[in-house]
Amino acid sequence: MNPRTVCAAVMCGMLVGLLGLAITMRPEAVITLPERVAAELSRSGVSHPVTAVLLNFRSLDTLLEIGVLLLAVVVAYALRETQADPADRMGLDNRLLHAVIAWLFPLMLLVAGYLLWAGATRPGGAFQAGALLAAAGVLLRLAGIRPSDFAHTLGARAVLVFGLAVFLAVGLGAMAVGGHFLEYPPAWASPFIFGVELALMLSIGFALFSLFELAPPHPVSNKGARERSET
Amino acid sequence: MSNALLFAWTGAALCGLGLFGFIVHKHLMRRLLAFNIMGSGCFLMLVGLAQDGRGPDPIPQALVLTGIVVAVASTALALVIFRRWFRLSGKVRLPEDA
Amino acid sequence: MSTEALVPWLLVVPLTAAILTLLVPERMRAPVSWIACVPMLAGAVLITVLRTGATIYSFSGWEAPLGISFTVDGLAGGMILLTAIVSAVCAVHARTSLRDEASANAWFWPLLWFMWTALNGVWMSADLFNLYVCLELLGLAAVGLVALRGTPEALSAALRYLLAALLGSLFYLLGLALIYGSYGALAFTTLSGVLEAVPTVYVALALMAAGLALKTALFPLHSWLPSAHGGALTPVSALLSALVVKASLYVLIRIWLHLTPASGSLAGAATVLGLLGAGAVLWGSWMAWRQEKLKYLVAYSTVAQIGYLFLFFPLVTSGEARASGLAYDGFVLMLISHALAKSAMFLSAGNLIFAVGGEKVSDLAGINRIRQTSMVSFGIAGVGIMGLPPSGGFTAKWLYLQSALITGQWVWIAVLLAGSVLSAMYIFRVFHHAYLDGPPQATFRTPSIWLESSAMFLALSSVLIGLSAWAPLEWMRLPIFKGSH
Repeated sequence: MNPRTVCAAVMCGMLVGLLGLAITMRPEAVITLPERVAAELSRSGVSHPVTAVLLNFRSLDTLLEIGVLLLAVVVAYALRETQADPADRMGLDNRLLHAVIAWLFPLMLLVAGYLLWAGATRPGGAFQAGALLAAAGVLLRLAGIRPSDFAHTLGARAVLVFGLAVFLAVGLGAMAVGGHFLEYPPAWASPFIFGVELALMLSIGFALFSLFELAPPHPVSNKGARERSET
Repeated sequence: MSNALLFAWTGAALCGLGLFGFIVHKHLMRRLLAFNIMGSGCFLMLVGLAQDGRGPDPIPQALVLTGIVVAVASTALALVIFRRWFRLSGKVRLPEDA
Repeated sequence: MSTEALVPWLLVVPLTAAILTLLVPERMRAPVSWIACVPMLAGAVLITVLRTGATIYSFSGWEAPLGISFTVDGLAGGMILLTAIVSAVCAVHARTSLRDEASANAWFWPLLWFMWTALNGVWMSADLFNLYVCLELLGLAAVGLVALRGTPEALSAALRYLLAALLGSLFYLLGLALIYGSYGALAFTTLSGVLEAVPTVYVALALMAAGLALKTALFPLHSWLPSAHGGALTPVSALLSALVVKASLYVLIRIWLHLTPASGSLAGAATVLGLLGAGAVLWGSWMAWRQEKLKYLVAYSTVAQIGYLFLFFPLVTSGEARASGLAYDGFVLMLISHALAKSAMFLSAGNLIFAVGGEKVSDLAGINRIRQTSMVSFGIAGVGIMGLPPSGGFTAKWLYLQSALITGQWVWIAVLLAGSVLSAMYIFRVFHHAYLDGPPQATFRTPSIWLESSAMFLALSSVLIGLSAWAPLEWMRLPIFKGSH
């Protein structure tokens, strides 16, 4: 047992011990936010409390996290330009896969649309739908169906920023009618939230797919193969 | 012990396991996976502690959804940089760990 | 226009600029960014001038604790102005210095705007989870900026930085989970004064402090900083050392001042942080003196100067009101003058490296023969780092010394004096090499006027802030420290 392992084990034991101590000796709560959420839910524009928190009460967090996702794609773009990548087929020549995708892809799009719609009343919403869209794109890519050099066009970047832009526009619009940033007028809250979620779904789906697409392909040199077999 | 408290304890154990893997392993891929395990532990603790004895709470659930997206973005960023570095240098461990 | 109306624009403008710089063609990204710097500077100046007391802005129209609210008080306003000035000047430098780097020229600008958004969010946010998201945005933007260079060394430095930043964020999130699990709220206004001196709170605060210390590169958790700051592009190094590294320290200060239990004793924790800061000062200065490459020397200098900032903790928990007030003033002044001096030092170092064509300190030999502007701005910045009068660094250390003298904490006085001597050692080492005569056939390139004037502007600002320190200190004093003068 080398010193690094022992040291790590001691530290992790201490961490779990401290966490256990903290869990067992918890003080009492001073405020119950779930009651507040339930009280204001009718004015929030949706009837599912988690969606209300995400897109109304704490919408600034959602805005910033879209920025985080977009940022990851920007870095992927930046690194792609420092080194030219060879054309990569990245496709599996599996006829069963191709046949299944013909059925699966439209179904995935349909389920993504349903998840987006359902987010207002039950678990669902923009992130789940976007993740499903990205998965559909990855599946297509794995089957070897490659979009033409779309990644480098202005259209790709426009789709990426579309969600963030719509979110900012809605927020500024709320300020224009006299409220705070992202303070939806009560009558318009529902359609605004749905509109923002639709834009977010498209951006999140494309962003997650881009992160898969923009990572450099597998190196084919022998040196790479030797390294890969090391543990 | 309520369900929520069980989640919290599991989260604490996962944090410890994730931290152990993060420190001990030198292969960057394993360190990323250990980070993800530790992240899942944090999320379990966040939801478990808040809902123990107090019923379902939408706020930590929303926080965890945000946290998952942030963790996915961070992991994706790490993978992009790692794969680019692997292509350029052929290494999978940081120079001080090799 | 009131301060309250300005708050959302401080986030909207940089996010819009990020979107625009992603959409416009590459050669237009720098001019668009320059144009966008104007409203940012104007907004920062207006907030400083118009602010009276603390402004609270509730996003989405819901007040804390249900929604997220931002607080703009003296400390936040000062940091917003500092960010605007340093970022704008670095943008001026970047337009010229990055023009020949193909990938960095295009993608520096969106990353810069994301970083600026995150910084403004950190200074103003009064919600624990919102601070987590802002710190993540900031950390990932910083990692992307470090990786921008594209070389294997830059990529490994970026990976090291990313691992440290992610681990720090997870510790912070663990502490947050414990606090929310106990008290059920995340807003500073709700939690302040509510936390009791129980083990759960101590564990939570210790975890958050450990995560934030890792992100601030406090000794001995600093190993990611020298390669990240020393190996990055010049304007990136300046931004990282001046602003990004301070953001997590700022969050720690907010938690220390507003959330720590009033009844328990913080002296132990304060002493630990102070001792680690002392270690940073001594170890960082020693390693800086030993460095071969100029930018790595400046990066280790950052490690040392961060140690000074952590001396704030033992000095402010001494119990004497006047000593605490002086410690806070010294801390604020050191934050500002270090940001100005260190960014000036990095920009000057970048100019010098461009001029001589080599990265080592010994390559500087003979540079005294050509136009010396960058050497002079490096020297002025060095005066601020060493803490010689009349720079801001001197005034800040003087305030620290006064605070330590009142409470008789001799250890920190010794650390301050030893640190000044050690920093003089590594600064004068650079001068020693610069005034050596080089080989007769050495050729030098001349940095453009933009590069040299941006470095000189920041260097002169770091001296100016020392001469007129009373004004910013007055603006940035927090209510708990007022009346202690």
